[in-house]
Amino acid sequence: MKTVSSLLDEHWYERYKKISKLNIRSSIYDVTNRCNLRCKGCFFFSSGEHEAAVEENDIDRWHDFIEKEMARGVNLAILIGGEPTLCLDRIEAFYRRLPTFCATNGLIKVPRDRFPNMMVGLSLWGDAEDEKILRGRDTFKISSKNYEGDPYTYYLYTITPKQLGKTERNIKKIADVGLKVHMQLLSNDEGVDGFSWQPPELIDIRAEMDDMLDKYPQTVISSRYYHEIITTGRMLGRPFGWLECPSVTEPLDNRNPRPKRLTNFIRWASDLKTMHRCCTSETRDCSTCKDGAAHMSWVMVNKRGHIKTAKDLQNWIEVYEMFAKLYQFIPW
Amino acid sequence: MENDISKTILRVAGIIINELKLEDVTPETFEPDLDLVDEVGVDSMDLATVALVLRDEYGIRIDEDDYPKLTTVRIIAEYINNKLSNDD
Ligand code: SF4
Ligand code: SF4
Repeated sequence: MKTVSSLLDEHWYERYKKISKLNIRSSIYDVTNRCNLRCKGCFFFSSGEHEAAVEENDIDRWHDFIEKEMARGVNLAILIGGEPTLCLDRIEAFYRRLPTFCATNGLIKVPRDRFPNMMVGLSLWGDAEDEKILRGRDTFKISSKNYEGDPYTYYLYTITPKQLGKTERNIKKIADVGLKVHMQLLSNDEGVDGFSWQPPELIDIRAEMDDMLDKYPQTVISSRYYHEIITTGRMLGRPFGWLECPSVTEPLDNRNPRPKRLTNFIRWASDLKTMHRCCTSETRDCSTCKDGAAHMSWVMVNKRGHIKTAKDLQNWIEVYEMFAKLYQFIPW
Repeated sequence: MENDISKTILRVAGIIINELKLEDVTPETFEPDLDLVDEVGVDSMDLATVALVLRDEYGIRIDEDDYPKLTTVRIIAEYINNKLSNDD
């Protein structure tokens, strides 16, 4: 029988030991339904999720709710929206109690005196031109000024098909402001012309992502296996999609048979009562979903499937490490 | 008692091999002290599957809160035997 120690040499076994007991239990919270941008392709607005629930405005209720979430075993709060930084008191309610990650467009700076080491992920949708088409403005200009050199911040670079051949410019820009970057792919939920991935483009972007990881290892937080999975949509010979997705809200998960999935995962709406189907858009077609976190989690929950060859297990370790770094469970 | 635990170990190993479709191992060659989580990659969903079979076979209920403790075949076997003797 293949076991972890029979497949790994000392170096890899040490790396494995550092992550094997982390037991990360995340859930996702819509902090608000409002945003200071309206990006084309934003899954939150395009699927009408911003209208699915009326925001809870009583901060005491947020505090009580978070206590209950902790009792449910959550040990990582992922804050999204809308734009969470419009409601700093709600962010603080999480941050005071739990490892917290805040996804933001970076237009408002999280005050570091209040949130000294909270991990912040800045969304970036390409170069200035793409950003203007999709988001109405060049957010990098502002977010990079707000967060330059911040050790607890990285860019979440959503690559669009228009970025083929141009990713290096963006990675370099990010390196130049002393930040890290994690790459993911646009799912084009609003069908903007020219922004849906075609199969040959996915082959090319995979090569480009690999190249960026090789050239900028201090800046890019990623792994080749993640690039393979997200561009091919396949892992261990199986296709990604509804039947395999690990990031479905647990109480709403009526799949039978149940695939490997995130334990206790829920994505909560901002009324703190409504649950959304999954970590991303309610209306997204799972067969075209490119959600980065869902693909990463897909690898992570399928650990046993990767205890086959040394390479498979090393791939699994690299993806797990990437996730743990992005959410500050291990250092960069 | 020694005999009892050996029997339970073999049966638990057999169930785990069968339910998780483990290859190149038999109940006899399964190392009872091997860490199932760290070394074999068994997770809480796997344990839930195994727990269902154990429930049917031994008529005992394995509490989900106990899953983190059940890290080896020997520990699971001892857990079962304890439950069975407490029921006596
Ligand atoms: S900044 Fe984020 S939440 Fe706001 S519209 Fe854009 S993608 Fe949506
Ligand atoms: S849209 Fe993506 S994340 Fe949501 S259930 Fe489908 S595959 Fe999973």
